Amino acid sequence: MSTEIGDPGLHDYGLRTARLPAPVDASNADLDIPLDVRLSMYEGQQVLRQFEKRAYDLFMENLVKGTSHLSLGMEAIATGFGQAMHPDDYSFATYRGHAHTIARGAPLGPVMAELLGRENGILKGKGGSMHLTSVEHGMMGSYAIIGAHLCIANGAAWSAQMRGTDQVAVAFFGDGTTNIGAFHEALNFAAIWDLPVIFVCENNLYMEYTPIDLVSAVPNPAADRAAAYGLDRIVVDGNDADAVYQVATSVFERARRGEGPSLVEAITYRHGGHSRADPGKYRPAEEVEAWLERDPIPMYHQRMLALGIAESELSAIQQSVAERVEKATEFAKQGAAPSAEQLLVDVWSDGGASWRN
Amino acid sequence: MAELSYRDAVALGIAQEMRRDPRLVMLGEDIAGAGGVFKTTVGLLDEFGPMRVRDTPISEQAILGAAMGAAMTGIPVIAEIMFSDFLAVCWDIVANEMAKSRYMTGGQVTIPVVIRTANGAGSRFGAQHSQSVENWCMMIPGLKVVAPSNPADVVGLMAAAVRDPDPVVFFEHKSLFATKGEVPAGEIVDELGVATTVRSGTDCTIAALALMVPRALEAADRLAEEGISAEVIDVRSLVPLDTQTILGSVSKTTRLFTVEENPRLCGWGAEVASIVAEEGFWDLDGPVVRITTPHIPLPSAEALEDLALPSVERIYETIRKNLD
Repeated sequence: MSTEIGDPGLHDYGLRTARLPAPVDASNADLDIPLDVRLSMYEGQQVLRQFEKRAYDLFMENLVKGTSHLSLGMEAIATGFGQAMHPDDYSFATYRGHAHTIARGAPLGPVMAELLGRENGILKGKGGSMHLTSVEHGMMGSYAIIGAHLCIANGAAWSAQMRGTDQVAVAFFGDGTTNIGAFHEALNFAAIWDLPVIFVCENNLYMEYTPIDLVSAVPNPAADRAAAYGLDRIVVDGNDADAVYQVATSVFERARRGEGPSLVEAITYRHGGHSRADPGKYRPAEEVEAWLERDPIPMYHQRMLALGIAESELSAIQQSVAERVEKATEFAKQGAAPSAEQLLVDVWSDGGASWRN
Repeated sequence: MAELSYRDAVALGIAQEMRRDPRLVMLGEDIAGAGGVFKTTVGLLDEFGPMRVRDTPISEQAILGAAMGAAMTGIPVIAEIMFSDFLAVCWDIVANEMAKSRYMTGGQVTIPVVIRTANGAGSRFGAQHSQSVENWCMMIPGLKVVAPSNPADVVGLMAAAVRDPDPVVFFEHKSLFATKGEVPAGEIVDELGVATTVRSGTDCTIAALALMVPRALEAADRLAEEGISAEVIDVRSLVPLDTQTILGSVSKTTRLFTVEENPRLCGWGAEVASIVAEEGFWDLDGPVVRITTPHIPLPSAEALEDLALPSVERIYETIRKNLD
């Protein structure tokens, strides 16, 4: 797309034309998705929402140090894909990885404790918010320098292929990642080796602070590049868990049939800024407002009601999630600071850090 | 025992390990059908087939990412980066991902990858295909680093690197590929972190690595003609570093010279010198002297490249003057 460098409207982001969400596709209610799967996704989205809201509150109390990047508003993607995965599939995420870690079933307490830098954290306090990992749940890591993990996900898929399993690797990343070289290396490599890997672009319209359309040669930064690697163009409403689940199921089936990789672009929006230091003021107010209206969670609540689930059942789920988040918070707060011995542990696989005799 | 070239020892070392461990695979640019641009992987495709010896596109990040992802899910990998200079285009995966993931995840992942790469000068390839970059790797916590100087060590250290569960960068020296040496028959398994004393002496210690080892030995022969008895240590492994062999030698000879192909700043010899200054100071009878390439990009012309690298003459002269 050509841009007029002199046009102030392009670079004063607050003056830019709002990029408004597409309306909910009501027919998604009719998708052939079992009710128990939908209830599970309802609960899953509640867990992500309530967990991250709590994490945000804990930042405000200065209990979470460093930085963190929330997925508030983007929960339907992690939930829909998480729901479609087998327990032994592999997930790889970026620094915005809380949702993808929790969606694979990692326990809330140790994840929260990690954000607080405690010894009972899931990484023993040594990785923090940007590196959440839970290998026993198939969550193979959160990689804080975007791009590399697409290549690493290829390796996990290659390994599954060599071992003759039906495991699939999934790499989640933002729209900004589509402009780094590793994205293109990874897609070509996956395509030529027919790897069982799925690349999921969570397009929230902003690479950190800059509108993605200002820095990309094509309107859909992932989907419009799919053809270059011989892949189908797949765009999905990332704010509708049913739509995401439907697409996820079909790309997983393709991968398990040995037909190779897929690239999915899920359109969504961050409720907050890029990281906790960012109020997100560069976005037109009208745009933020419209996307808050397209919040995936109240929408899904309405859909469940329309499908005949009682309000009381939904509030019971919300209540039980609230209790889990409360317990996780207590678990985290009660954790000790990591002991000094942790400093020199686990550089090497012998457990130590020694580099000389 | 058979005489083998350093080049053939690379393929022999890899084949030994691929026969032992049927999971072990390798990937890289031009390694399969072409047998490697330096012919270090000749025969491996025929013996192990295209699923275990795989050609890749020119995509160094994809190569090392695939190696890491496979390794952390149960498949040990040997990955080739054609020239060590090219580590710069995939440095994120080497320095930020492979090296740090174990620590950052509280020990949840293990990454048995060997990154083989052709290092060093002598081929007149200029500044982007001739560097000695072992010091780049040495300064990253979480990477092991080895650089063999002879065919037997190539085989033995390859086995040690493959069997080590941590990421190891394995530097093969381009100017040593054609050199020959005796390689014992049967399985050879060496150990990371062990330096070898390749010549005993009493008047000074010369610590050298890779191509600098034969040069140090030749300089020691010339020093012997002058009545100077030099002990030569082949450092072999930078991480882990065998400091005890070096400190022990210095306690006997009282003088230390390092011979390094890397450009001056932050070369491995600087770390060795600092360890000896801290822990062997009272054994020393004179300053530690580093003999290195100047801190410059490498020139391509024969005359200039030869001038840049520590030569036998420069090693000999520097030591002779300093021991006067």
